[in-house]
Amino acid sequence: MSVLQQTPFPTPTSIVPNSEGLAKISFIGARAFLLEAPGAFDLPNQRRIWALSRALEGHEDVAEIVPGMTNLLMILKVTPDDPEAVIQQLQDEWRRAQGIDLAGRQIDVSVIYGGEHATDLPALCDLSGLSDREVVRIHHEGIYRVFALGSAPGFGYLHGLDPRIHMPRKTVPSLKMARGCVTIGGMQTGVAVLTGPNGWNSIGFAELQMFDPLAATPALMAPGDIVRFRPERIEL
Amino acid sequence: MIEIVETGPLNTVQDLGRPGYRNIGVTASGAMDSLAMEVGNILLGNPQGAAVIEVQTFPFRLRFVKGGAFAVTGADCGAKLDGVALPPWWAVQVETGQVLELFPPLRDARAYVSLTGGVDVAQVMGSRSTSLRGNFGGLSGRTLAVGDDIATGPAEPAVLPKGGFGVVPPTVALKDVFPVDEGGALLIRALPAGEHDLFGSDADRFWRQPWKISARSDRTGYRLSGDPIHPVEAVEMRSHGVVPGVIQVPPAGEPIVQMSDANTAGGYPKIAGVIEADLWRMGQARIGSTLRFLPATHAEARAIEKALAAYVEDIRNTARLVSKALAAMA
Repeated sequence: MSVLQQTPFPTPTSIVPNSEGLAKISFIGARAFLLEAPGAFDLPNQRRIWALSRALEGHEDVAEIVPGMTNLLMILKVTPDDPEAVIQQLQDEWRRAQGIDLAGRQIDVSVIYGGEHATDLPALCDLSGLSDREVVRIHHEGIYRVFALGSAPGFGYLHGLDPRIHMPRKTVPSLKMARGCVTIGGMQTGVAVLTGPNGWNSIGFAELQMFDPLAATPALMAPGDIVRFRPERIEL
Repeated sequence: MIEIVETGPLNTVQDLGRPGYRNIGVTASGAMDSLAMEVGNILLGNPQGAAVIEVQTFPFRLRFVKGGAFAVTGADCGAKLDGVALPPWWAVQVETGQVLELFPPLRDARAYVSLTGGVDVAQVMGSRSTSLRGNFGGLSGRTLAVGDDIATGPAEPAVLPKGGFGVVPPTVALKDVFPVDEGGALLIRALPAGEHDLFGSDADRFWRQPWKISARSDRTGYRLSGDPIHPVEAVEMRSHGVVPGVIQVPPAGEPIVQMSDANTAGGYPKIAGVIEADLWRMGQARIGSTLRFLPATHAEARAIEKALAAYVEDIRNTARLVSKALAAMA
C-alpha cells in the first residue's frame, strides 16, 4: 500500500473566462445558503467553486464554507436580516469568480479489484455491457481529481470517471459496506472511509488510512489532488 | 470526578460540537438539545462550551467521587440524589459519594448532566463531543460504560443556595414561541429548500400532513413515516454540503431530518430545512411522536432566535444575581 508524494502540480492558474450564467442559490435552514454552479459537472466549473471558496473565506459574516461537487454551502454566523441581499452578494461573487487551480499532490492508491468486496461489479457489468476486465481497466486507467471532501471524515469525491462506467447510487443502500471499498456513485468515484451503510457501488478494495483525527492535517486528501488507482491484484 | 454506575447503550459526552470541519467530511456532533446544555452550564457558572453528559437511554446512575455541583436539564427524568427527588431543570451542590439517578422520562427524549468545571476529556479538533461515527472525541470515541471514571475540569466551586435552584423549562416559559398543535404534534418551522418545487403537489402534502418519528431514528437523523412524497421527476444530484435540520427525501419517499451527527454532505433531493432555533425541540422529540412542519421565513427565524436568546439571558442574569447575593451573605 503506497501513497506516493510526487512533485506538486504547478500552483496556479489557468484562467477561465466568466460566463454570464447565474448560479442556483437555495436555503438549508435560515443560516446556510447553497450555491450550485450552472452547467457541466467538470473541472472548469469546479475551479470556479474553488475560487469562490477562497473569495468567501475572508468574509467576517461567514462561519463555514463547504465546497461540494460544483457547488458550495456557505454557513453564516447569524441568520441574516436580508436573505435577498445575501443571495445577491453570492451571485456577484460567483460572477467574479475566476477559475483557479489548486496545487495538488498525486496520491496513488493500490487497489484489489474484484474479490469479496466488489459486490456491485457484476451489476455494473450488466449496466454497462462491459466485461469485468474492461470495467476494471477503464477505472484504473482514469486520472481523477479530488473535487471536494465530505460525507464522512476524509472522504474525497473524485471527478474524472469515464462515462461508460457511471452507475447510479443504489435505491437501497448496502447496510455494512467495509471501509476501503472502491466505489462508484453516479458520475463520481471514491474510497469508503467508514464501515457502514453506503449507497455507492463497490468494485474493489484499498487498504488506505484516509483520516487521522489527531494529525495536524487530519485528511489525507485535499481538493485539487490527483488520484490514480493502481491495480495491485485483480480477482475476477 | 464521577463514576458511571449504570447506563444504557447510547449515552455520550457532548459539547457545542466541532463545526468548521465539514469541508473535510467531519460531522459537527454536539448536544441534540443545545439549549438544555447551555442552561445547565449557566446554572453552574461554567463556560458556555463546557462538555456535559447526554443521557438518552435510562436508567442512568452515577456516583460523585468528589464533591462539587451538578445540574440536570432537558427531559424530566425524575432525577434523584441519594433517593431524594430533585425538580427538573435544577442545579444543586453534592458531596463525595452521593449517587444521582435518572429514570426514563415520560415525555421528551434526552437529559443533560452538567458538572462544575465541565467533563474533562481531551479535545479533538477543538471539541470534546463524541463522534460515534468517526470513533473519536468524548471518551475514546465511544458511548459511556459502567465503571467509567470521568474527570471534571478545574473550576471555582459553584455558589448555589442550600437545596439548589432551578429555572422554568423553555417548553413552559416559551410555550407561545414553541407551539404544539391540538393533537399534541410539535410544530416545527422550516424554510423550503432547493428541490422543494420539484415535489409539485406532494410539496403541499409535506407541509399539511403529520409525520411520525420512526424507530429508525437516532442522533444522526430522524426517519419520518407518513404518506410518501415523490418529486415529479427523478433527479441525480451532485453531492453538496448539508447542515443539521436538512430534510431530505430518499427514493422511498419518507423524509429524513439530519440531526447532530448528520452526514456532512448529501445528494438526496431536499424539500426543506428546519430552522436552527427549533432543532433543540427536535432533539427532544421521541420516537413514535408526531410533528408537522410550518413554512417559515428568515424574519420569523430571527424572531424565534431572539425569544430564545432573551430566555437564556434572563437565566444568566438571575444566576449571576443569586451567586452574588449568596457571596454577600457568606
